[in-house]
Amino acid sequence: MKWENYTSMPARFKNQKVFDGCGISGLINIDGTRISGKKIVDMLCILKERENGLGAGYAAYGIYPKYQDYYAIHFLFDNEVAKIEVFEYLEKRGNIIHSEAIPTNASSNIKNPPITWRVFFEPEKSNHADSNNKVVQIVMDINANIDNAFVMSSGKNMGVFKGNGWSHEVADFYKILDYKAYMWLAHSRFPTNTPGWWGGAHPFNLLNCSVVHNGEITSYGTNRRYLESFGYKCTLYTDTEVIAYLIDLLCRVHKIPISIATIALAPPLYDEIEKLDKCLQAIIKKIRATYRSAMLNGPFSIVVGYSNPVPTMIGLTDRKKLRPLVVGISEDKNTIFMSSEEASFKRLMIDNNEFTLSNIWHPKSGTAVIAELGNGIIRNGLDIPIKKNSINLVEVC
Amino acid sequence: MAITHEIISHYKVNIDREECVKCKQCINQCSFGVFSYNGNKIIAEHQNCVACQRCVIMCPNKAIYITSNEECLPSHGNYSKKIRNIIWAQSGNGGVLLSATGNDRPIRSIFDDLLLDACQVTNPSIDPLRETIETKILLGRKPKKLEFDGESDDLSKISLTTNFLSNLEIDMPLMIGHMSLGSISYNACQAIYQASRELNIIAGSGEGGLHPDFYEYAPNIITEIASGRFGVDLNYLNNAAGIEIKIGQGAKPGHGGHLPGTKVSKLISQTRMIPTGSDALSPYPHHDIYSIEDLAQLIAALKETTRYETPVGVKIAAVHNSAPIAVGIVRAGADFITLDGFRGGTGAAPIIIRDHAGIPIELALATVDKRLREEGLREQITLIAGGSIRYSADLIKAIALGADVAMCCSPVLIAMGCRVCQQCFRGLCSWGIATQQELLVKRLDINIAKKRIINLFNSWNEELKEVLGAMGIDSVESLRSNRDRLRYIGPNPKIAEILEVKHAGE
Repeated sequence: MKWENYTSMPARFKNQKVFDGCGISGLINIDGTRISGKKIVDMLCILKERENGLGAGYAAYGIYPKYQDYYAIHFLFDNEVAKIEVFEYLEKRGNIIHSEAIPTNASSNIKNPPITWRVFFEPEKSNHADSNNKVVQIVMDINANIDNAFVMSSGKNMGVFKGNGWSHEVADFYKILDYKAYMWLAHSRFPTNTPGWWGGAHPFNLLNCSVVHNGEITSYGTNRRYLESFGYKCTLYTDTEVIAYLIDLLCRVHKIPISIATIALAPPLYDEIEKLDKCLQAIIKKIRATYRSAMLNGPFSIVVGYSNPVPTMIGLTDRKKLRPLVVGISEDKNTIFMSSEEASFKRLMIDNNEFTLSNIWHPKSGTAVIAELGNGIIRNGLDIPIKKNSINLVEVC
Repeated sequence: MAITHEIISHYKVNIDREECVKCKQCINQCSFGVFSYNGNKIIAEHQNCVACQRCVIMCPNKAIYITSNEECLPSHGNYSKKIRNIIWAQSGNGGVLLSATGNDRPIRSIFDDLLLDACQVTNPSIDPLRETIETKILLGRKPKKLEFDGESDDLSKISLTTNFLSNLEIDMPLMIGHMSLGSISYNACQAIYQASRELNIIAGSGEGGLHPDFYEYAPNIITEIASGRFGVDLNYLNNAAGIEIKIGQGAKPGHGGHLPGTKVSKLISQTRMIPTGSDALSPYPHHDIYSIEDLAQLIAALKETTRYETPVGVKIAAVHNSAPIAVGIVRAGADFITLDGFRGGTGAAPIIIRDHAGIPIELALATVDKRLREEGLREQITLIAGGSIRYSADLIKAIALGADVAMCCSPVLIAMGCRVCQQCFRGLCSWGIATQQELLVKRLDINIAKKRIINLFNSWNEELKEVLGAMGIDSVESLRSNRDRLRYIGPNPKIAEILEVKHAGE
């Protein structure tokens, strides 16, 4: 069966938001060892209860060392015409260093797939805007204005592979096991509508930020209007999109440390804030007030891949923890795993003794888990967001 | 020779002669001079009755009831009774007709045409009885972004370098609007300020100055600088949690305040710094603000005076060009904007302005919120919306359309006992609310009035939480401007388009 297209929502569903339940998983090797997609595929595919065969995806960091200085742009095209149009568009805005089809498995269960393509791109240098801003502009422009073309991801030395199908089918289709990455994210979905739209699958990406999300953002309208005032175009009809853009805005544009950005996204309750010492109260209230429109509401658990510049994996749930998130660490302390279900860890234990259940914990609601390449766990998701004396409060007190 | 027309009375006062014991309580209670005693029985002058219900409630034998006067005029679909009355009144007195309260034309309420969303299956709703739902708001200017000094990964080396102006922390997204001492009584003011302190919300002082007795409520009062500058001195500026420059009022855009001399008692004279019995008519414009840069200067002067510790805002009536005006106000340095819709209340206003000038708050709010976003200014200021926030449904919808805080006045008066007789400008309020006559003022029990206001707003806040919970939202910030959670069900799709709200079913 072939749907109308893959790169935009079918016309009859336009203006409807996608709701879905999802399985999410992620892992990062602290020492930067790049491993194949085997583990992440195992972690995700076991969560079959959470998918219905209508979409899955993977994000891999560290897969293009040869082209690590260039933006790796992953595309979906419905037809050759769109591809040509996009190439003409890109050539006007910079240099295409290398261009090739994303290898796929011809014997895959996924029939009649769209054209999957990747380009390593260097935007034209100018004094006016930094190259990240240019690439953001290009991504927004292509997704909003070029028909039959869709940008899956646009970061450096990373890529998103997603599509319509069961998680194992998508892994098989993109030959996920052939890539070697130090950080992997994965997502499978149970959408309630919009079948057939490959772009609607997770992860959602902008530059080096990728998000896999289980849940529904009830503050979507507030977040979207906030983002639009900064020039973001929310064209994908899904609430996950705003999470990726919010992280981009806070961390890249506003240059806020990720550990503080997560406070803005899921701030502590005022009742909790009141329990902190006065200085800390003041600073958290300021974060909350300034970024009140960036606060994410509704049930969610997310795993975010990010590098600015240190590659980081972040796990976060809503303030009531209405969606699950479990974190684990390998025996050798080198690999940090996150998943929406403990089943992912049990799956790993079947053929892997680096891992025991005693290394698993459940982060607190609305409290970020942050793991950095080279540094390991920065936040374990159990402490209050900022420990006393961890911020120099000269300005406040 | 009298040239006034005999106008058919609006109401009819019915006295049950069997029940009436001629105690004359009604004569004492009625401040509008309806009742008299002719030596044999109580007589009612129907023409004077405003249906305020005071006699009905105070009659020990429940012998009085008021009905609409059914005596009929020749019918005409275009020359309604109201319009004929206006013509008769003006041909009699040759003046501008006054009224009070808000616009009473039966114009469709847009709030009533909006429906709220709720969660089903794909996300769980939240039960406010079991889970925390937050309604706290910080009122004032916020920086566009925060800047932290130091390397990104080491929290111990980070400090916040952004200057953050002081904000007011209030427990509900609610403000009791500006009703001056003068338009309402000392007791009414006292009850309002006590209630706002107990609820930890804010109340406006109105433009009548601030009586020294009320200085203790300063942390919950926003004082008003209006064109008349009544009662403005250093104490007034320093005894305030916020200062609001009143450019306009929803009930009478383009006009200043009107306080008839009959309400200027000794107390009012002292607080306003004007002679007893003189009309207090504020100039229509501020005579030191003829353009936007003048407004910027006044804002700067007020901030300088209060050492930049007090948020300074500007109130404007919702008019056709509110959006660019609001942008100008933010650029002029205001920390908050109060938008007052055409249904907003008043203690006294010309009927022609009250009933015909301005636009609905729903439309003004939607366009102001949108324009401020387009200019990248929205997040920096607090937007307060009023102009007929009648009950919690209006409050909730106003927030979803883009307001940070909803402002209301009439429901506060109604909670205290007002029956909406629309006679505030006459100073005869039989319930002791909109009057300065000592005997009438005494009728308002401060403690009971205060408790009623507290009850009212506690129930609104609970209803707000109920709705947030049903929407799966646990903090009111996430409802603000969340128009995705509204749908339009009214007759005019153009309104939905301006509000950027989808039609129900979409």
